[in-house]
Amino acid sequence: MPDLTISREVVIEAPVDVVWRTITEPGQMSEWFADRVDLVIEPGAHGYMQFGDQGGPVVVEVVDPPARFSFRWNHPLGEEPAVGNSMLVEFTLTPEGDERTRLRVVESGHELRDWPDAEKQRYADEHSGGWIEFTDRLATLLAKRQPE
Amino acid sequence: MTTHIDDGLWSAIADPSRRQVLDLIVSNGGVSASWLAGRVPFSRQAVSKHLAVLERAGLIRRRKQGREVLYQIDAVRLDQAARSMAELAAQWDRRLVAIKRIAEAAHTQNKRRERHDEHAPGR
Repeated sequence: MPDLTISREVVIEAPVDVVWRTITEPGQMSEWFADRVDLVIEPGAHGYMQFGDQGGPVVVEVVDPPARFSFRWNHPLGEEPAVGNSMLVEFTLTPEGDERTRLRVVESGHELRDWPDAEKQRYADEHSGGWIEFTDRLATLLAKRQPE
Repeated sequence: MTTHIDDGLWSAIADPSRRQVLDLIVSNGGVSASWLAGRVPFSRQAVSKHLAVLERAGLIRRRKQGREVLYQIDAVRLDQAARSMAELAAQWDRRLVAIKRIAEAAHTQNKRRERHDEHAPGR
C-alpha cells in the first residue's frame, strides 16, 4: 500500500550481482548503512543494526537474488515487526545491460498507524506517486505565501 | 536510526483530507471553519476535527476577528515539517550514492583482476 513513501533511485555502472552483494552482505552493508550489521540474509531472520551509540532490530522480509531485498525496521523493541509498527525498506535491482544496474529503494510505513481502512485506501489511491511532490508543493506554497 | 519526526506532525500531515484543509489555509491566509467547509467534499464536523488535529500539531493557529475564529498556518512549523520529510529522502540519497561508489569500485577491481588472470602465465 503506497503511503507516506520515500522512493529514490540510482543508476550504478556495475553488474546486478555486484550491486546485490553490496546491498546484502553484512560486511558491505556496514560500509553504506549502519556502523555494525548483525544480520543473516534469509527471509524472517532477526538481526540488529548499530548506528553510533544507537541501534535497533531489523527483520528480513524478502530475499530474491539478485532482484529484490527487503527488511523491516524501526519497530518498538520487543514487538514483532508488522505493517503498522515498523518501516519497510525495499530494494529493487533492475539490470540495464551487462554492466549497468538501476537500484531503487522504497521506504514505507511512515503513515498514521491507526487509520481506518477506507481512509488508507483513499490515501493510497490519491498518492501512488509518493509524498515527495507534497513536499515540493508545500515549498511552492510557502514561497508564494501572502505576508500576513 | 532515521531522522526523528514527532508522531503528531506525521499524523497531522499524513491524512489527505487534512492536507487539503492545510493547502486551503496556506493558499488563502486566515480562513474560518465554515469557509473551509464550503470548499471540501466532507462535513463541517470533519473540518472541525481536522482543524483540531492540525492545531495540536502546531501547524496552524487560530485568531479571533470580531466574532469569527480564523485559522492561519504556522509557517515555522510547516517549514520544519517539509524539511523533516526532505531530510529522510536525502538520507536515502546519501546511502544510494555510497552503494554506487562501493559497487562501482568492486566492479572495477573485478575487471582488473580478470584482465590480470587472462595475462597470467599458465592459463
